Amino acid sequence: MKPAIALEGISKSFPGVRALSEVSLTLYPGSVTALIGENGAGKSTLVKILTGIYQPDSGVIRVGETETAFPTALSAARAGVTAIHQETVLFDELSVAENIFLGHAPRNRFGLIDWKKLNADAAALLNRAGADFDPTIRLRDLGIARKHLVAIARALSVDARVVIMDEPTAALSHKEIHELYALIERLKADGKAILFISHKFDEIFRIADRYTVFRDGTMVGEGVIADVRQDDLVRMMVGRSVDSVYPKKEVGIGEPVLTVSGYRHPTEFEDINFELRRGEILGFYGLVGAGRSEFMQSLIGITRPSAGAIRLDGEVLVIRSPAEAIRAGIVYVPEERGRQGAIIGMPIFQNVTLPSLSHTSRTGFLRLANEFALAREYTSRLDLRAASLDQDVGTLSGGNQQKVVIAKWLATKPKVIILDEPTKGIDIGSKAAVHAFMSELAAQGLSVIMVSSEIPEIMGMSDRVIVMREGRIAGRFERSELTAEKLVRAAAGIEAQPEGRAA
Amino acid sequence: MAHAQLSPRTIPDRLQGRSARLLKSWEALLVVVATAIFLGNSLASPYFLDPWNLSDATFNFTEKAMIAFAMALVIISGEIDLSVASIIALASTAMGYAVQLGLDTPALVAIGLGVGLVCGAVNGLLITGLGLPSIVVTIGTMSLFRGLSFIVLGDQAFTGYPESFAWFGQGYVWWVFSFEFTLFVLLAVIYGVLLHKTNFGRAVYAIGNNQTAALFSGVRVARVKFALFLMTGLMAGLASICLTSRLGSTRPSIALGWELEVVTMVVLGGVNILGGSGTIPGVVLAALIMGMVTFGFGLLNVPGIVMSIFIGLLLISVIALPILWQRARRRLSQ
Repeated sequence: MKPAIALEGISKSFPGVRALSEVSLTLYPGSVTALIGENGAGKSTLVKILTGIYQPDSGVIRVGETETAFPTALSAARAGVTAIHQETVLFDELSVAENIFLGHAPRNRFGLIDWKKLNADAAALLNRAGADFDPTIRLRDLGIARKHLVAIARALSVDARVVIMDEPTAALSHKEIHELYALIERLKADGKAILFISHKFDEIFRIADRYTVFRDGTMVGEGVIADVRQDDLVRMMVGRSVDSVYPKKEVGIGEPVLTVSGYRHPTEFEDINFELRRGEILGFYGLVGAGRSEFMQSLIGITRPSAGAIRLDGEVLVIRSPAEAIRAGIVYVPEERGRQGAIIGMPIFQNVTLPSLSHTSRTGFLRLANEFALAREYTSRLDLRAASLDQDVGTLSGGNQQKVVIAKWLATKPKVIILDEPTKGIDIGSKAAVHAFMSELAAQGLSVIMVSSEIPEIMGMSDRVIVMREGRIAGRFERSELTAEKLVRAAAGIEAQPEGRAA
Repeated sequence: MAHAQLSPRTIPDRLQGRSARLLKSWEALLVVVATAIFLGNSLASPYFLDPWNLSDATFNFTEKAMIAFAMALVIISGEIDLSVASIIALASTAMGYAVQLGLDTPALVAIGLGVGLVCGAVNGLLITGLGLPSIVVTIGTMSLFRGLSFIVLGDQAFTGYPESFAWFGQGYVWWVFSFEFTLFVLLAVIYGVLLHKTNFGRAVYAIGNNQTAALFSGVRVARVKFALFLMTGLMAGLASICLTSRLGSTRPSIALGWELEVVTMVVLGGVNILGGSGTIPGVVLAALIMGMVTFGFGLLNVPGIVMSIFIGLLLISVIALPILWQRARRRLSQ
């Protein structure tokens, strides 16, 4: 069988990070290839290269027999590569038909859009995609599943030969997933080559014909699904020794500091119970969307739980706002650094001191000398690289911004610090500094909760790990019994671990 | 590992000294513009430098500037209050009504400030309580508050304010310094300290730059914003007292269109219309510039409509110039 598209020896680097090195990927017509890998393995980078958003530093892209390049997203689309993303990139205010034909709408003889033909063609495409709704309704009136169908109809309209589906089932219900499977079968029958990205093994074994596994930006395996077992795939995904690179210190773990019982929320999470002890790093692992961030934000009063209680040092606490959480000594370093963490446009020192102003000021009046002193103390402990403390935090690199954000929270002298994906998207050097510092904090008696989707980080840094899946605790593991396989199984719901095991 | 302990390099507090920062600031540019206009006016008209003439001229901007200080904080926080001129009308109408009931000056002042506070609270509740966008809410209350004045007054006017009430708009504290000008200076200092020297002011900047991150950092965003809308309401009430006292009468069209002049003053003063940056000294300078331009043109018998054209051009050019300058510099460096 001739490949529809083949990538050979593709490498791509970003400042400080080698995202892909010498990877290959081959997609065949009429066949579904699953791309498997942890977060950060390089899957998204590859998709962006395939769709012309990124340019590879080296390597070859072949479409059919000919060697080619995708210098723009448009050139990739012209070559018949189309992608359906987790969050669909469509236009809410336009009609379904307009979305399907955006950029290549049929014209009449005056050069204007031929609306009759547009809507008729759209209806035909929707029909092929297994959708039966009116193409003239506005996209915003559709649910997420139907938006996916529109995206698929759009893929059909450009006569794609390669269809990329990036976690297409993440937002779908059980029934909708089965409709999607049926649609994928139809696309296969049409001879499309499909790249299917998913974390869920049951889906991969249900729908894929071939697999390719990425780890740390390299390709570690490929083949036919029928010849492989789930365990083999899991091992390929995570197989490496990780403990050595992480500066985890052995710390005597003390008495319980934070006790969470019966936390629940109508839509995001349910039945969360755990204890956090002094000097402990408690890892929270799970797939994206497992409800970890939502739960953590309820601990600091951003979202309200519908039931549940927390105790800090034995005292029952009700936290209604982040200000109260900070006063109580619980702080949260958010995942979305640019939106929730750093205040771009303000100087470094003002970012650091914002939650601590009541300590640096006197009766509500600022004391700049105190602020500079506090900012200097904590930024230098994190080894911040900056020209001056009154520099706009927006001029720093991602890693250094993250150091400022962490410094901001530490300066409040908390009892419990919650770090949500603390090293996501930052360079290796800053990552090491954050890990070293986290370890140092625990050694000094701080209690740390670390939410992470990176297995090496979870395994390297945690004393205990709680795995969440679909808003519930799906597994609890002590450091001694941690294996990557167990984590992946619990997070993906393979042979679900009984709740409360070895807690 | 252990980067954290190995190299505690010292990062300096600031790279530039105070004077270097001041020289590069927007306020420095405004000082140049203000000086140029001052000199131009002095040369153009022999009457300009007379202390009493200058004193009279301050009435051009003092009332608007009072509101502009509070408005600067609102705009820095990323919001806007377009109802201020209508609050002036409603407060003035309430005071005029109270005069008909025979109330005296202290009660009138209390009513003026009280109506301002209540109007500000209505805005604040709609914006922070219901989470509505301030531009929509205050366009709505702009019509609402002035509409109420029209209902009460129709095409009538309230007059007959007590003599002691006239002092707020016509009285002098010392020599040529009117009550209004003294109040302007006092409020400039108060708002300058509030914005630049207090935790509250820092919270205003934080909200304007990134409201979500400010909330996560423990800033009580809703409370701060509510306080800001109370402040613009209170300042509009205060301006209403001064203006009503100066005019000696209330018509429903009082202070019509002032909200735009106040916003112009704030933006000319270097406050980013999108929020996050700006200073009170900048707003003070902008108030002086707008006052001098109006006064100078008045001395030269230039009609009012030409003045507003000039103010418009001034606003666009002071905003466009730095952007064009930066673009040109970037092109040169490439």
